[in-house]
Amino acid sequence: MDNFTPWSALAGGALLGASAVILLLFAGKIAGISGIFSGLLRPRKKDFLWRLLFIGGMVLSFFIFSPNASSTLTSPSIALYIIAGLLVGIGTRLGNGCTSGHGIIGIARLSRRSVLATCIFVSSAIVVVLFR
Amino acid sequence: MLKLLSALISGLLFGMGMIISNMIEPTKVIGFLDVTRQWDPSLAFVILGALLVFAPCYHLFIKQRNFALNGDKISFSRNTNIDSKLVIGAMLFGIGWGLVGLCPGPALTSIGSGSLYLLLFIISMSIGMLLVDRVFKKITINFQNQIFDQ
Repeated sequence: MDNFTPWSALAGGALLGASAVILLLFAGKIAGISGIFSGLLRPRKKDFLWRLLFIGGMVLSFFIFSPNASSTLTSPSIALYIIAGLLVGIGTRLGNGCTSGHGIIGIARLSRRSVLATCIFVSSAIVVVLFR
Repeated sequence: MLKLLSALISGLLFGMGMIISNMIEPTKVIGFLDVTRQWDPSLAFVILGALLVFAPCYHLFIKQRNFALNGDKISFSRNTNIDSKLVIGAMLFGIGWGLVGLCPGPALTSIGSGSLYLLLFIISMSIGMLLVDRVFKKITINFQNQIFDQ
């Protein structure tokens, strides 16, 4: 466990929690990234700008806090990234959520659907990494 | 106005959380999923940190409210059924997540790095989302009417 970084993980996680509280308390919206983003792809009146600002804020934070970071590739295969993207897109829409919506908000609300979904996607990801 | 401002602040905080916890680094995520080799439990601590803040705030201040401070209705999905759509969806998402170590939050947060791989991931993710929404258009509209009663 040489790479374990408990304090930065907890601190970063606390910010994700605070972000979800603010969006829900002030705007009544659920901070699930796949849900917020997919709504941008099918724009609806009065339901577009807040999504754009949320995602824009995420993108902006990168330039503020980590402008020189480059993300390390976990595979040299461009095809693998395309396949992974398709699966993530299809899976999050079918399952109505991703790590944030199910893993944080759903679990906090003790939603049966979210607890199960989180167990399933973590398990299937572990199996995939096992055979990588 | 309050809605737009809180969306921007919330988005900034979310990105900041991803960056501070280093979850924008796919190798860090793979380290969590790689339970048999050098397991790195950090991602579990990210979720724990988020739950420690969100769960008490939700149960103490939000749960009993019907409306958010901007006047919009707070409504969660009323769907409590465990169905095959949920199970298959979560499974497919997990497979995609494990293949390269990317889920929607980190991928979108670090798009500013200018990586072509990341861009292609996000484009194909968008196509996947639109594909499902096209196939399940009717179901999705019903679902959205439940969530966004505004």
